[in-house]
Amino acid sequence: MIDWLLALSQAMLFALLAPLFTAWVRRIKCWLQNRRSPALLQPYRDLRRLFSKHVVMAHNASIIFRLTPYIIAAATLLAAVAVPLIAVNLPTAAIADVIVMAGFFALARFFLALAGMDIGTAFGGMGSSREMTIAALAEPAMLMAIFTLAMVASSTNLSTVISHVLADGLVLRPSLLFAFLSLVLVGIAETGRIPVDNPATHLELTMIHEAMILEYSGRHLALIEWASQIKLMLYGVLIANIFFPWGIAETADALSLAIAFIAIVFKLMLLGIFLALGETVLAKMRLFRVPAFLVLALTLSVIGLLSHIILEIN
Amino acid sequence: MLAGLPIYQQAILLLAALVLFSSFTLLAQTRVTAIIHAFAWQGALVAMTTALVAFDSGKHHLYISAALTLSLKALFIPWLLHRLVKKMRIDRVAHTVEHPALVLMIATALVIFCYYVAQPIQQLEHSITRNTIAISMSVVLLGMLMLVSRNKAVSQVVGFMSLENGLFFAAVAATHGMPMVVELGVAFDVLVAAVIFGVFFFHIKDSIDSLNVSELNRLSETDE
Repeated sequence: MIDWLLALSQAMLFALLAPLFTAWVRRIKCWLQNRRSPALLQPYRDLRRLFSKHVVMAHNASIIFRLTPYIIAAATLLAAVAVPLIAVNLPTAAIADVIVMAGFFALARFFLALAGMDIGTAFGGMGSSREMTIAALAEPAMLMAIFTLAMVASSTNLSTVISHVLADGLVLRPSLLFAFLSLVLVGIAETGRIPVDNPATHLELTMIHEAMILEYSGRHLALIEWASQIKLMLYGVLIANIFFPWGIAETADALSLAIAFIAIVFKLMLLGIFLALGETVLAKMRLFRVPAFLVLALTLSVIGLLSHIILEIN
Repeated sequence: MLAGLPIYQQAILLLAALVLFSSFTLLAQTRVTAIIHAFAWQGALVAMTTALVAFDSGKHHLYISAALTLSLKALFIPWLLHRLVKKMRIDRVAHTVEHPALVLMIATALVIFCYYVAQPIQQLEHSITRNTIAISMSVVLLGMLMLVSRNKAVSQVVGFMSLENGLFFAAVAATHGMPMVVELGVAFDVLVAAVIFGVFFFHIKDSIDSLNVSELNRLSETDE
């Protein structure tokens, strides 16, 4: 019973902390670029404002357009349930499969792309086509990285993978290094950060994510924004907990949970600093360069897989 | 298994994987300066691996090989190439790689092939570096792939040098290095080759006004 409560509160924590993580990344970015940053609670205020506003919809919007925000939010939340945030071996570990998580993301993306085309504006269609192009290239890279992990830990279950890496202690694994780099690149592409997409603007011809949600307003927009904040944090937690799992709670007592919470907050803060640093140093690349970026991710994960087979077995 | 090894032996394997990765980056680079940088990094990684193998096996002559590799492959030859490229004002020229994705796929296939071929050799050995034999073979074959897939003289020379890196790495991995005399000889051969290539660059550039070696076909008085 207490385990289920813990699993539930972990998912709640995901949903509640995600806007804070986004605000943290924004704050670091502002500091790096000599700007005054908005308050750390600003994303919460934005969400509250959007939730209290009326929904304006085009006359020709179909049921898909109406349903999509709920599907995206639900799929992202379910993915968040699957990823261990502060504790492993929870009852939800049974569905904590990386491929399930990738499937939830794919479902959300599919409906987002449909909704982008639903109204029939030029921007929406363009955004959908770009998103699907990037997804088609990012997904193989992500799956290869996942398979590398799966070969190292002999399981695609996130909870098992994390426990395995923990039990091994500090081992220099070339395969995990390459999988890590590949997942970072895929995460950047999938969450629409610089250099692939610019999350700060919706007035650019080259935008991807924002182009699809241009027609949304009110609580629909709030749900989609919240979902993409959760997605960013999901990738952060995934990378932090798989490759640097130290601190995560293996037993459900108060002390280790507190340590795990502090550890993950610290890891996410560090990751946020690196993300903001990368976004400040790099410029957004041309859309036609994105495939090369993702081919790099794919190559990295393939080399990870090969180096596991060549160097690590026997 | 990997987890039971001491940390420096793990580091050898990690560096070997990075050498393989540097070969892939060489294949994917398009800018001349980036190619030279990637080559320098590969030399540095090979030198570091050699030093670690020397530490692991206690063979002191390998330290000399590592120092030679570092000074020649990671510092001197890249510097030489850099200067040549600057002199000929081609340092900002981007070479096109034809079918980049196909080249990467062929490269992956070559690595798998090398693993398959090197497996019987691995059975004979017991040292920690036995697994890196497949990696060094793939570095050789990837160097050849670079020679085949590029048509600019500078990239081809870098491909050739990276092939030599692979041979050296194979010697270190399989037999803890060649006899010192041979190693010195090879090192100076490479050095002389680099200088001669430099001279050739100028000659090619003078005679056909480009470093694109596919234009050399026009000299052989066959029809166009």
